[in-house]
Amino acid sequence: MIWLTGGALLIAVLMITGLLAFVFFRGITTMWPGPVVKLTMDDGATLMGEITRTEVQRYAAVAAARPRTEKAALLRRASTAHGASPRRRLLRIGNYELTGEHFRWVDDYQVAAEDRPAWAVVVERTAWGRFYGVPRAFIVEGQRVTETPEETWALFGNYHPEVTARRTKRRRLETKDIGRLNAELEAARLAVRAAELRMGSGSGVHAERLRDYATAVQRISNEFARVRAEVAALNAENAKFKMILETADKREVTLALADIVRAYPANQLGFTGKLALYASRWREFLMDEPREANSEGGVFPAIFGTVVMTLIMSLVVAPFGVMAALYLREYAKAGAMVSAVRIAINNLAGVPSIVFGVFGLGFFCYLIGGSVDKMFFAERLPNPTYGKGGLLWAAFTLALLTLPVIIVATEEALAAVPNSLREGSYACGASKWQTIRRIVLPHAMPGIMTGLILAMARGAGEVAPLMLVGVVKLAPELPVDGIFPFLHPERSFMHLGFHIYDLGFQSQNSEAAKPMVYTTTLLLIGIIFMLNFLAIRLRARLRRKFVSVAL
Amino acid sequence: MRELQPIPVGPRGDTVHEDVTDRLARIAAGESAPTETHPEIESESIVLEMRDFCLSYGTKQALFGINMKVARGKVTAIIGPSGCGKSTLLRSINRINDLLPTVRIRGDMLLDGMSIYAPGVDVIELRKRIGMVFQKPNPFPMSIYENVVYPLRIDGETNRGMLDEVCERSLRRAALWEEVKDRLRENALGLSGGQQQRLCIARAIAADPEMLLMDEPCSALDPIATTKIENLMEELKGQYSILIVTHNLQQAARTSDYTAFMYLGRLIEYGPTANIFSNPHLVETQEYVTGRFG
Repeated sequence: MIWLTGGALLIAVLMITGLLAFVFFRGITTMWPGPVVKLTMDDGATLMGEITRTEVQRYAAVAAARPRTEKAALLRRASTAHGASPRRRLLRIGNYELTGEHFRWVDDYQVAAEDRPAWAVVVERTAWGRFYGVPRAFIVEGQRVTETPEETWALFGNYHPEVTARRTKRRRLETKDIGRLNAELEAARLAVRAAELRMGSGSGVHAERLRDYATAVQRISNEFARVRAEVAALNAENAKFKMILETADKREVTLALADIVRAYPANQLGFTGKLALYASRWREFLMDEPREANSEGGVFPAIFGTVVMTLIMSLVVAPFGVMAALYLREYAKAGAMVSAVRIAINNLAGVPSIVFGVFGLGFFCYLIGGSVDKMFFAERLPNPTYGKGGLLWAAFTLALLTLPVIIVATEEALAAVPNSLREGSYACGASKWQTIRRIVLPHAMPGIMTGLILAMARGAGEVAPLMLVGVVKLAPELPVDGIFPFLHPERSFMHLGFHIYDLGFQSQNSEAAKPMVYTTTLLLIGIIFMLNFLAIRLRARLRRKFVSVAL
Repeated sequence: MRELQPIPVGPRGDTVHEDVTDRLARIAAGESAPTETHPEIESESIVLEMRDFCLSYGTKQALFGINMKVARGKVTAIIGPSGCGKSTLLRSINRINDLLPTVRIRGDMLLDGMSIYAPGVDVIELRKRIGMVFQKPNPFPMSIYENVVYPLRIDGETNRGMLDEVCERSLRRAALWEEVKDRLRENALGLSGGQQQRLCIARAIAADPEMLLMDEPCSALDPIATTKIENLMEELKGQYSILIVTHNLQQAARTSDYTAFMYLGRLIEYGPTANIFSNPHLVETQEYVTGRFG
């Protein structure tokens, strides 16, 4: 029996550590830069790119499945020439605008020659994915100023930082300033609409608002023009700098420096160079917005959304759950009713999470959100403000989902408070509430924290209900920004869990996105771990306060 | 109902002795519970009077028609075998038993002539007038200082000077001041068991109650701590009327002025401690105080 039980534990532990190790390994290696290889094929074609995967083909299986196909015949020939199991590799060839594909499988027996060109450069671009090529010339204001890869690369190193700075500035102008102007314009329009709704069309207030609106439109369009001019100036400055790269099949392509996020000569990087690149990629991953349908760039909005939603959820669920548990344990008279409520709560924990999502959508978004819109945001209708999925409703839905966890944990914690303490407090002349507030609750706090930790872990990892109540693939605006009232809980948001699903199964460039799935998973696990770690630290501090001394 | 037995002869051939079971039978047969109080107690000022007090937990009756007067400023001990209702009686005085949902009572108690169980009595006010010390020390998980001033805190007292003064006075009275004065801010759970119990006494007297109920306060303590608590009771007794439940007969004999013997939920014998221990009326009392049963 000991072997059976121990074996079960061993298998469980192995599965968990295996899972974590797998995600960890795949997650941290994604960002590490690999070499660029140039393959010359039998038919004279050349391919250049990074090898992302290697597979050994089951010759026998392929041949048996389709004995008369060309592929089988090829493989049969290859296996006589190269041994029993022909290898094939997945080459990331990039240059999507030229080739129409990001990746290509290459069978080893078709490769005539293989080398690693010293000046093969990997270019990560803002659009079209990666580019692989050899720098040929640097262009400043239409003039080719260099001829060799060395000089070109040196100039690229000189100019790229300032171009990037200008691009960032332009991006900030486009999002922040234009976003602010749009918000102001919208506010002016809403003021008109509100006056029309409340005072009636043609009323004095309405006319006044209309005049305000006209001046606002005037002022804002002036500002728009100013921002646009600024953007155009930055673009014009950036457009001066270009780089010509030569692909493996000798085609020259001109890339604007402004479109280049990052470029590196992969085969010349030493360990420190690779490390710097690795760090830079992680920084981008953690701090920036996604690009290219989420498969490139960062996941900062998703991190932010996950953390903020989990915190709001905790803020909502903790007081509710604790109060409910307090009533059940301290106030309610034991009986059939209380037992029924308790059973119902425990059953609630077993309801599939998508059901909560449906409920959240129907109740929070449509019913409550719709009413809120009618009462406070009538001027914005028919555009919903709170009457759709958003951060607040998602947090509420998850709060509902995790409520049983908190209630059960709190009840247990309350039950564990020694009755002698309660009696001691009552004997001092304390009322029930004073006893609960000053004695029972502080003593039960570590147990309540445990419940909160479990709830947070459950809530942060939940995806299914969120898809119904406010998580989106790409939310350009964070729920917190510089536009009054700074916190926008009605906005849709991004979530790491959904991001993983989106990367893995909804991406057009799924081969490129696949490694990001692991990295994002690692990040999600890391964030949940961090949140739990903080809560556990807090609990440990509380616990130290309540260690009782044995007599 | 069995036939009432003739009054048996006591251990010393004293004819006034009677059998407890016989007495219980008389009560059961409808004779009212004995109401006579020892003249010495009658001559005292009475702080608490119980009148035909009965209590049951659900269907199980735990106290049967208790009539008892407690002398002011004296130590009164309640002794008796386990399960005889001593603690229940004590916990009825400050109505801590009310917290149990199935408790029902009959009869009444009077504190200074005022009913404890009459409708409309402010239980919180009552508990402030009657301090209680429990069997197991139960300091709250907070600092020593906060423990002592807890009764004032719940009254909303925030005046620093007032709190400090009460804290020091209570701790001095509880003979704990010298030991803890330099670490009032430390957690009370770091004190030893005896110190914790004296802290609980300090807490109980911080609100300046009239009575102090002690429910086997030394049963969880070592002999030295027990001695300290007993000395403390000796010092406190002029100021507070102390009612102590104890299993320790020597302790009852040493510390109390009056002793009540309870058995099977009834008050069997009650009088000056010396009488109870050296010249009990009843066989059962005699056997209990000499350690032959219980």
